[in-house]
Amino acid sequence: MISGKVWMFGDDINTDLMLPTAHMYSPKEIQAQHVFEANRPGWVKLVGKGDFVFGGKNFGTGSSRPAPLAMTTLGIGCVVAETFNPLFFRNCVSFGLQALECPGVTAAFQEGDIAEISLAEAKVRNTRTGQTLPGVAIPEALLSLMAGGGIFPLLESEGLIGPAPAEAAGAAQGG
Amino acid sequence: MGMTIIEKILAKASGRERTQPGDVVVVKVETVVLYDGNFFPAYWREIKHVANPDSVVVAFDHRVPAPDQFCARAHGVGRAFVEKFGIKRFHDVGYDQGIAHVICAERAYALPGTVLICSDSHAGSAGALNCAARGTGGPDVIYALTKGTTWYRVCETIRYELVGKLRHGVTPKDLFLHISGTYGTHADYNVEFGGPALADLSIDERRTLSTMGTELNAEFTVFEADAVLDRYVKARTDRPYETFNPDPDARYAERRVLDLSKIEPLVAKPDRVINNSAAISEVAGQRIDQAFIGSCANGNLYDLAIAAEVVDGRRVAPGVRFLVTPGSQEVYRQALKAGYVEKLTAAGAVVTSATCGACQGGHMGVIGPKEVCITASTRNFKGRMGDPSASVYMASPATVAASALTGKITHPGQFLKMEGAR
Repeated sequence: MISGKVWMFGDDINTDLMLPTAHMYSPKEIQAQHVFEANRPGWVKLVGKGDFVFGGKNFGTGSSRPAPLAMTTLGIGCVVAETFNPLFFRNCVSFGLQALECPGVTAAFQEGDIAEISLAEAKVRNTRTGQTLPGVAIPEALLSLMAGGGIFPLLESEGLIGPAPAEAAGAAQGG
Repeated sequence: MGMTIIEKILAKASGRERTQPGDVVVVKVETVVLYDGNFFPAYWREIKHVANPDSVVVAFDHRVPAPDQFCARAHGVGRAFVEKFGIKRFHDVGYDQGIAHVICAERAYALPGTVLICSDSHAGSAGALNCAARGTGGPDVIYALTKGTTWYRVCETIRYELVGKLRHGVTPKDLFLHISGTYGTHADYNVEFGGPALADLSIDERRTLSTMGTELNAEFTVFEADAVLDRYVKARTDRPYETFNPDPDARYAERRVLDLSKIEPLVAKPDRVINNSAAISEVAGQRIDQAFIGSCANGNLYDLAIAAEVVDGRRVAPGVRFLVTPGSQEVYRQALKAGYVEKLTAAGAVVTSATCGACQGGHMGVIGPKEVCITASTRNFKGRMGDPSASVYMASPATVAASALTGKITHPGQFLKMEGAR
């Protein structure tokens, strides 16, 4: 069970909004500073570590860019949406961003509410209203991959890839 | 119960007799495609093992030639990877370069009946070759690179039966805008195209549709195999392959019949592809600053041909930047030979080398604050091609070229002989 403050977003939120092209090849720390800057300028300064992003339908439509990596780097604890774009959900698994599909969240939550989320039990509770919504259960294999931080830690533990390069944490050079 | 094309390809690749919607399958990956975007430090790791170096394709496309030092470093990382593992199918800046999806068709790397993986979202382009591909993430590709497999969820399929023939000046992009505008999202469904109209659709034209399947939010987009495909593949490779067509009793979520002869030129209005198509008359007269033709969807020889026909003997309107980016250097050479580059540049168009370029707002034509662009590429999202305050309209290459001539959104019928044009 994790709990956190809810930030509300609408339908069809695309990955260009999550991670603008101008910054998509920058180190992840720089990427994180530009999340949603076109649709909610200044939002990254307001959001706190462990906060939740709630979206509407087809959340994460668009390119395969690693928007979930920018969001985990920003400290987002979980994303919940009416429905996810399948490619975005796949990237949540691969990059270890906690994510749960949960029909009805748009109506059941307001911005600033505190949500309690259990991915294992696939449920979301609004602490203000007491309402609990059932989410869409995630197959065990994908859930453990997501919880373990995604594909990179797995392949690293099997000796197939090296650690993250030091350059990734270095200064931005544009992109 | 019979199977759809995707159900059959995924069954074969997973070593099963059959698959059905709801199955999660682990499949053998025949082709692993990397592009320059994979080699940036936020995504790349030192690779210690490659499952099968001969299965790998590396094609630099998003930012080539390197527009800055950061990209140049990533290209260096890619070249070192190619060297370390002896990757033979490497498409660096020069004769063999092009957008990865275009290269995979041109060289028939996208082998019919197999699974191809690429982390670019428009990987579904390979579906035109009866090959199963869809957008995945960078880590998925590194997993497939090191282990030779990946996973997919089998979804239900929506079938489009194509009949009739597109009129001259109406392109597959208009057909796509009809589908996205009429039927909206296809999230959680595969899309399968077939029917008698396929005989008149080249593999390049089919690729425009399979590439744009991503913009329908579709899972896999795939075309039936036919004689046109066999001729195309056999002219490009000696490798054996097996094609898959649906069983007569395959189960579809829905079957939709589209009469291509009835399709009119359309435009997607800014910021969203889905449910956002308009007749040209609805937006005609909208002033533009830039017109662009290119990308994995619209950088084909046929796209350049129709654009050259529209602008032949005419000049681009003052104050308009008209950019044309071939999908590969091979397309560039063919366009040169056919005289298209001469017609386009004589009209005032800038014909660039092959790259994703302006489509992705990365380089070679980024748009500024409050500018208006009409594009024949893949997306019209807010901020996609540059500043978030800019407006991006999306249309066919014919409509884009016609708009470049007048400086405002214009029906291509003004510059083309279109039978029955309204």
